[in-house]
Amino acid sequence: MPEQNRIQKIRNHPGSASFLATILAIFSGLLLGFLIMLLAGPSAAGNGILVVLTGGIPVALNAAKQLGQIFYQAVPVLLTGLSVGFVFKLGLFNIGVAGQYTMGLFFAMYAAFSFPLPSGVHWVVCLLAGMLGGALWGTLTGLLKAWRGVNEVIAAIMLNYIGMYLVDMWVQGNTAMYEASRARTKYIPASAQLPSLGISGSNLNIGIFLAIGAAVLLWIVLNKTVFGYELRATGLNPDAAVYAGMNSRRNILVTMLIGGALAGLGGACTILAPAVIPGSSVTYEPINVIAQAGFHGIAAALLGGANPLGIIFSAIFISLIRRGGSAAALYGYRLEIIDIVIAVVIYCASFSLLIRELTEKIGQKRTGAGAERSEMTKKHRTRKESGMTDRGKKEGGDTAWIR
Amino acid sequence: MDTLIYLIQCTLPVAVPLLLAALGGMFSERSGVVNIALEGIMLFGAFLGTLTVFFLQDGGISAQVLLLVGMVAAAVAGAVYSLLLAVAAVSLKANQTIAGTALNMLVPAVMLLVCKTLFDSDGIATDVYFFIPEVPVLAEIPVIGELFFTKTYATVYLGLVLLVLSTILLYKTRFGLRLRACGEHPQAAASVGINVYRMRYAGVVISGILGGTGGFFYAVGVMNGNSNGYTGVAGFGFLALAVMIFGQWQPVKILIASLMFAFFRTVAYSTSIIPILSSIPVDNSYYKMLPYIVTIIVLIFTSRTGRAPKARGVVYDKGKR
Repeated sequence: MPEQNRIQKIRNHPGSASFLATILAIFSGLLLGFLIMLLAGPSAAGNGILVVLTGGIPVALNAAKQLGQIFYQAVPVLLTGLSVGFVFKLGLFNIGVAGQYTMGLFFAMYAAFSFPLPSGVHWVVCLLAGMLGGALWGTLTGLLKAWRGVNEVIAAIMLNYIGMYLVDMWVQGNTAMYEASRARTKYIPASAQLPSLGISGSNLNIGIFLAIGAAVLLWIVLNKTVFGYELRATGLNPDAAVYAGMNSRRNILVTMLIGGALAGLGGACTILAPAVIPGSSVTYEPINVIAQAGFHGIAAALLGGANPLGIIFSAIFISLIRRGGSAAALYGYRLEIIDIVIAVVIYCASFSLLIRELTEKIGQKRTGAGAERSEMTKKHRTRKESGMTDRGKKEGGDTAWIR
Repeated sequence: MDTLIYLIQCTLPVAVPLLLAALGGMFSERSGVVNIALEGIMLFGAFLGTLTVFFLQDGGISAQVLLLVGMVAAAVAGAVYSLLLAVAAVSLKANQTIAGTALNMLVPAVMLLVCKTLFDSDGIATDVYFFIPEVPVLAEIPVIGELFFTKTYATVYLGLVLLVLSTILLYKTRFGLRLRACGEHPQAAASVGINVYRMRYAGVVISGILGGTGGFFYAVGVMNGNSNGYTGVAGFGFLALAVMIFGQWQPVKILIASLMFAFFRTVAYSTSIIPILSSIPVDNSYYKMLPYIVTIIVLIFTSRTGRAPKARGVVYDKGKR
C-alpha cells in the first residue's frame, strides 16, 4: 500500500503540521479583520476583504505598478523576517530588528551622501554600508548577551530606542543629508539608487532578488554547514550544545552579526530605492518613531516557521495584505485594520508553534519521522545522560528561547 | 535649590507609572510568567481610562473623583487584556515573549482605529484639570510640604497605597506565598495541592490591574490627561521590566529603582532649566537616550547576579519533576 504510506508520510512530516498551524493563524487574523470591517461598514465588507486578499490589484488604476509595489515593500519585510528567523534558530528572539533596520538605513544614506563614487559602484558601497550599520547594532545586542548574560529582548528594545534617537539626531545634524525646511532628508543621488526593474510608477528594484538570494543562502548555511548545524543544535538544547564543545558565545555573536546585517540590508534597500519620478527619491523623516518594518519582519518569521524559504512567501503575503489594506481605503476602511490582523496572526502563531511541536513529537514516536531532530539530540544525549550536566534537563527544546 | 525642588516635584508623577507597571511585572514573573506585554497593557489602560474620563467630563464630577473612576476603568481594562496573555502563556503554553509582542502591537492599532473613527484624531484629549497646585493643610509642613504636597497629582498618593497593598499581598498572605512558590518550583507547589495554573492566571491578572492603572497614571501625570496611539507610553512598559530586574523582584527595591529612572528622565526633559546642563553644548537627544542607556548599564551589572524567579518563563508541565 504505497499510496497510504505516502499519505502517512506527508501527514507526519513536520512541515505539514507547521503549515496547518500557519494557515490557522492567518485565517484567525483575517476572520477578525473581516468582522471589524463588518462592524465598521457592513455593506462593503465583502469587497473590502477581497481587496485586502488580492493586494488591491483588481481595483488599482495600474495593476503592474501595484504588483511592483507589493514586491518592493516585501523586501524590508523579507530581510527583517530572515533576520528574526535566523536568530530564532539559535534560540534567541531578535526584537531588535527595528533598530538594526534603522541603523542600516542611516549608514546607507551616509554613504550615499558622503562618498562621491561613480555610478555602478556607489550603490554597492551603500548597500555594504547598510549591512555594516545593521551588523554593528546587532552585534552590540549579541555582545551584551554573550559577555554579561543580559536578556537579549530587553537589551534589544533599549537599543531600538537609542538607535532611533541617534539616527534622528545624526540626520538632523548633517547638512549634506537633511533639508530642515522640509523636515526630511534630501533626495538620494542617482548613482546611489539601486537599479530599477523598469516597471513604470513602481520603486521595484533589484533588492527583491538580493533578498530572495539571501534567503536561499541562509537556507544553505543553516542546513549544509557545520555552523548552521551548531546553530540549530544550540537552539534545540543549549546545554547539550555547550557540552558537545560548541562555542556558544562565538555562535551568539556571529548569529547576531548576520541577523543585524540582514536587517541593515533591509533598511538600505528601502531608502536606496530608485525614484518613480526622475530627480527625486525615497526620503526619511526623523520623527522619533520606531520603524514598523521590524515588527512586520517578526510576523513574517513566525508565519514562515523560521524557515528562510518559507519566509519568502510569508513576507510577500504580509506586503500583499498591507498594500491591500491601503487599497481598502477605497471602501472607507482604515489601514489600522491590517495592523490588527497582523498582530492577531502573530498572537495565534505564538501558540501554533506548540501545535507543531506536539504533532512532531507524536509523529516521531509513531513512525520515526522528524528523524533530523532525534538524530541531532541522540548525538548529545549519550554524553548528557552520563550525569555531567543536569542544568538543561528542565528546559530543553522550545522553552530555551523564552529566556 | 529651587531647581532641585522642581525636579523632585516632577519626578514623582513620572515614577509612579513605572513603579506600578514594574510591580505588575513582579507579580507576573513571581508566578512564573514573563510579561513583556506590559507596554500594551499600559497603553490599553491609558486608552480606556482617558476614554472613560472623556465621556464623563461634562457631567459636573470633580477632577479627583474622575481620576478614581478612570483608574477603576483602567484597572479593569488592564485585567481583561492581560487575560489574553494568560490564556496564551498558561493554558496554551505559548512562547511568552512572542505572545507579549503580539499584544503590544495590537493595542496601538486598535486605539488608532477607534480614535480615528470616532474622533478623527490620534488619541484622546480630555479637558480635566488633574493637577493639584496645593494639598490643603499638608502643604504647610516645612520642606516636606513643598516637596510632596504642592504641584503634584493624586496619582502619587494612590501609587504609594498600591505599593503598600502589593507588598502585603506578596509577603504577608497565604496567596502571596503560594504565588511565589509557583514561580520558583511549580512542580513542588503542585505537590502540596496548589493549582499552578490558577496561581499563574492570578499573577498575570494582577499585573494587568497594576499595569493598566500605571498606564492611566502615565496619561494623567505625564501626558496631562491625554493619550496618543502613536507615542503610546513611550516604552515605559519596557523600562518597567528593567526597573523590575534592577529592583530584584522586590517591592521596596523596585520603588527605589523607579524613582531613580524617573529622575533621569525628568532631568533629560528639563535640561534647559538646569543651569549646569544648559551651559554644556550637548544635543538634547543624548538626554532623551539617557533612561535607555542607564537601563543597559544597569543590566550589564545585575544580569549575572540577579535573583530571578527560577521558573520564570518556563512553561508549566504537570508531568515533569
